[in-house]
Order: sequence, then C-alpha cells, then structure tokens
Amino acid sequence: MTAVASETGTYRAAFEDLLARRASREPDWNRVLRESAFARFEGAGFPTTRLEDWKYTSVAPIARTVFRHEPQAEAPPEPAGVPADPAGLRIVFVDGHHAPSLSTGPMPEGLEVTSLATVLAEHPGRLEGRIGRTLGEDPGTFVHLNTALHEDGAFVSVAPGTVVEPTLYLVFLAAEPRSGPRASYPRALVLAGRASQLRLVESYSGPDLPYLTNAVTEIVLEDGAVVDHYKLQREGRSAFHVAAMGVAQGRSSRFSSFSIALGGGLVRNDVNQSFEGEGGECVLNGLFLADGTQHMDTHTRIDHARPHCTSRELYKGVLDGSARGVFVGRILVRQDAQKTDAQQTNKNLLLSRDALVQSVPQLEILADDVKCRHGSTTGQLDPAALFYLRSRGIDEASARDLLTYAFASDLVRRIEVDVVRETVAAHLRGRLPGGLGEEVPS
Amino acid sequence: MLQIKDLHAKAGDREILRGLDLEVTAGQVHAIMGPNGSGKSTFAHVLAGRPGYTVTSGEVIYKGRDLLAMSPEERGREGVFLAFQYPVEIPGVSNVYFLKAALNAIRKHRGQSELDAMDFLALVKEKSRVVDIDEALVRRPVNEGFSGGEKKRNEIFQMAILDPALAILDETDSGLDIDALRTVAAGINQLRSPARAMIVVTHYQRLLDYIVPDFVHVLIDGRIVLSGGKELARELEAKGYSWLETAPAPAS
Repeated sequence: MTAVASETGTYRAAFEDLLARRASREPDWNRVLRESAFARFEGAGFPTTRLEDWKYTSVAPIARTVFRHEPQAEAPPEPAGVPADPAGLRIVFVDGHHAPSLSTGPMPEGLEVTSLATVLAEHPGRLEGRIGRTLGEDPGTFVHLNTALHEDGAFVSVAPGTVVEPTLYLVFLAAEPRSGPRASYPRALVLAGRASQLRLVESYSGPDLPYLTNAVTEIVLEDGAVVDHYKLQREGRSAFHVAAMGVAQGRSSRFSSFSIALGGGLVRNDVNQSFEGEGGECVLNGLFLADGTQHMDTHTRIDHARPHCTSRELYKGVLDGSARGVFVGRILVRQDAQKTDAQQTNKNLLLSRDALVQSVPQLEILADDVKCRHGSTTGQLDPAALFYLRSRGIDEASARDLLTYAFASDLVRRIEVDVVRETVAAHLRGRLPGGLGEEVPS
Repeated sequence: MLQIKDLHAKAGDREILRGLDLEVTAGQVHAIMGPNGSGKSTFAHVLAGRPGYTVTSGEVIYKGRDLLAMSPEERGREGVFLAFQYPVEIPGVSNVYFLKAALNAIRKHRGQSELDAMDFLALVKEKSRVVDIDEALVRRPVNEGFSGGEKKRNEIFQMAILDPALAILDETDSGLDIDALRTVAAGINQLRSPARAMIVVTHYQRLLDYIVPDFVHVLIDGRIVLSGGKELARELEAKGYSWLETAPAPAS
C-alpha cells in the first residue's frame, strides 16, 4: 500500500539516523530488537479503524503529520509540568531526553533511578531480555515504533525488601517545538524487587501545539512487591498521546494504578497486565475528563493466568462538547486460574448531546470456579437530582457542576498523592466553578 | 401569601389538575388530602416547578408575584420549600456542602451576606436539634444510604436551615414508623410560625394527629371538592374518600 509507504517514510529516515548516532553505544541485542520492531512497524503501518483494537479511534491525524525526530538542543523549559512535591524524588525528561538539571540528586539506598540510555550504554546486560517482556506477543504499531525509536527514558530498580518512602516522579515534558511538530518516545522500565515497595507517578505535560508522545512503560513486580502507580496526563490540547503500559506481577504482589487523563487532543492508553504468580492483586482506576473535540481511548487487558488473584477496575469518564471516549476492558481468566476474583466497572457521564462514549467490556472466562463481575453505565446528569438541588435555591449551572464534581469525586478522593489529588481537584474547580467551593471544616 | 386560581396542569400528556383553587395565608397550615391519583403530588411538584409538568391554565400568585414564571431555584430563593416524598440520593455531595451552597444562594438573593463555614456549622448544630438528626448524618453524602426515616428527617432539617416562607410537605409521613413520625412531626411543629405557611400533602389522617392543620382540603380528580377544619380529617379517616368521589364537581 503506497499510503503506508509514504506515511512510514519519514520514520525510516529517523530510524537510520538514530542507529547511526547510537552505533557505538548500542548493544547488539537491542539493535536486533529495534530492527525487528521497525520492520513490523513498516510492515503493518499505522492501524486503521478496520482493526478491532482501533475500531473507535482513528490515528489518521497522527499518520498524516510529519514529525521531526532529530534531537533538539534545547534549554530546559519552564518546569511548569513538574509536580511540586518538595519531599518527592524525580527524574525529568524533556522530549524523551534525560534532563539531569531538573532531576533530584542521589536516590535513597536501595532505589536506583537513572537514564535508560546510560544503562543501555554502560550496563546493557542489566536490560537484556527485559525490554518488551511485559507487553505481550503483539503489542501493536505504536509500541513497535517506540521500541525502534526510543532514545532514552527512566530505569528504576528497587532492591529486594526496600521500602521507598518518598514518592518517585517520572516527569516527561514536551518542549516548545522550534520548527514543526515533534515526536518523542519515552520509555520507562521499573523493576520492583521481591517484597519491595514503591509509589510512582508518571507525569506528562506539554505546550498547546501539535506534537506526539509515544510512551511505553513497563513495570515488573517480583514476588510480594507493592507498587502504587499514578499517571497524570496533562498534555497540550493539540497533542497526540499514545501510551502503553505493561505490568507483570509475581506471586502475592500488589499493583495499583490510577490513570488521570486531562489533556491531549487524541489520546490512547493501553494497559497490558498479567498475573505470573498466584495470589496477586491488581487495581486499575481511571478518570478522564474530555471536552471540545478531545478523543480519549483506554484499552485495558487483565490476564488472570494464575489462580487466587484479584483484580478491580473502575474507570470513569466525563465528556462534554463533542468529545469522544472509549473504554474497552478485557479480562481473561485462564483455565487453571481458579478462585479468580475480578470486577470491572465503567461509568461515563455525558454532559452534552454531542459527546459520545463507547464502553465495551470483554470477559473471557475459561475457569469454572471464579467470581467475575462487570458493569457499564453511561448517562446524563440525573434530572431528579438536578431538580432537588435547584428546588433548594441552587442555580442550574451550579447544580450541574456540583453533580458532575460529585460523579468524579469518589475517584479523586482515592488519590493518595497530595500533589496529584490537588492537581486534579484544581482542574475540576477550573472546569466546574459551581462544583466545589470552600471546604467545610470538620 | 398564596393564591391559586383554577389551576390546570398536566404531568407529561395526562391532565391531572383540573381547576384547583386554594388560598393560603401566612401562619396557616393547610392539609391536602385525597386518594391515590387525585393529583396531590402533582400539585406539590407544580408549586416547586418540577420540569415535566405543564400548567395549561390558571394562575398561582405567591407574595404578589406570578410563581409559575419563576425557575425552581428562584422559587427556592423566594422562600418556597418542597419536602420531597422521595428525597433524592446524591452520592459525592455532602449534606453540609449542599446546604451551605443552598443557604448562601438564598441569603445572597435576599441581600444578606454569605455565611462562612464557622457560622454555618453553628447553625447546623442549632438546627440539628429540631429533628434530632445525628451530626454524622449531616456530613454524609446527601441522603445516600439513609433509611426512610433519616431521609424525611433530613428534609425537615433542611427546612429548618433554609427557613422558608412557604413549606410544602409531600407525603412526609409515608414510610415512617410511629417513632420517626413523632420526631418528624415535632420538628415540623417547631417550625410553625406566624410568618410561615405550610401545605401538608398526605394520604392518611395519621400525620394530622401530630400536625394539627387549620384547614383540611379534599382533592379528588384534580379539584378541591371539600374544605373544612381539622375535624374533616377524622371524618375522612372514618368514611374514606368514596362518598366524595361521586359528589358533583363544584362549578368552576
């Protein structure tokens, strides 16, 4: 297909340029990985809506855009997107490149946080066999593109038994592009050792101009590890944000993730989780707020491959204007995954006639002694509740704001990282002026 | 305070009120009684301005103004209060936050300064005694997980806070056991005042043992067919409504 060839053409140049630049620092195995991923990208091209996985999301605007790939020598931007947590640890990336000057200094004992490029150049053996392990057989075009083109990212390793007290922030900033839209391919690899504990915030933000963030995050939890993960996505309103997160959980590990999507014009999040040992627990929460012409798509896949594992999913979307939302939640319970306990809930609130959401639960249950529940609701504000509030003297706009805030607030309250919760609350306050005033003290 | 003349209204496509007349003066308590389907709840909702009801003719003058031209929130701010038969659960909005927003909207409308959190909480403490409502309940999301009795108490508690001029109590006794009924009725009685009028809508006479009305009206087929004093309630309890249902409609 010629369309594919022209769409992928600029990526070939970027790929060859990258290989040339990295020549001496690239271990052979990773070059092979990149080449095979790039070949798969070239072979398949960008997905079309004829593909089941992309049925509700057209990436034509991404395919059409010619992105610049060469590194941009750039002074660090105003670090507006850096979460203000004075006690927090952080590593910052600008357009996918490590920015040591914006990052915090030495990490506490037992926690290693470095640039992936550095590890790849200096200790490639530590990464061999680990890149791409959590993402499944067919992780899709965008993951292939990231695997081929990523220049840098975060490498996080928590030593066995280490409890990391401060929150670790992986901050990905998009810089103001100097000439035309840019693409970046941040990559993160998080290894949580046996019985370790970590709280992690991934943050994405950038200017209100077209650019592409194509991010891949892999998180591996060894037996008994506990990882609380947050993703705060505040990309610019014209940005494309396509991200995949792979999670592999060892025996009796606990992973929780809270994905908050506020920004971006075209947004896609893929979560690919797998229980690789018994007794694991996985909580996936998500809240997205979309208006105007924002399009936000989430696909999650939870693989109950082992018995006695528990998963809980709660995703909520609030859509206004002519925004589009997609939630496709797949839960696979394999044949020997007895005593699986899986729950999935998706709730969407439509604030305008033109907003639309697709909610598709997909449960595939091959074991017979399991508890699995799912529920999906999409609706408008409850007219009875609106009237109740109005009858007490509250004007209609404030009543709507109040009810919309209430819809989101049970999730917001579950955010345990203060700076993240405050960011979301402030965003809601800005969008829903009648929804949340001064708090009543107790 | 309230003059209703020849009120006709539809719920959806169905004509429910067919020429209702009523006059209510400050300080009075009027009971509206009637069998199921007579239009009692429609009447209450039309006064509060619930969407979905259409007034096809007639007028409602409240404090000299056309009530029907006002939005629900305007009515609320002007002192009209509906105690709901089925109070709505609103997860995620705390009672105190909601009530503070409501009270301050009303105060602003009256040209009064808004209450700050401390003053508001003092008011909550004072008014929670009226219906003996647990302060913990007041902090919970509006009506969420409340028992039937708690919901009704919460309605009267809201009424105590918002201090309306005209309170419409829609089947406030429904679903209450006798203890809860006594508590709620005692709360309502505390709120009787020369400045306030109340319209008590009820199917049963039982509530009127505790809230003694000045007038009792019988609503049948969307019209008031009989009015009397408090003793009319007892007569209805003894005789039922059927003897009235066959009575000729008063000339309109």
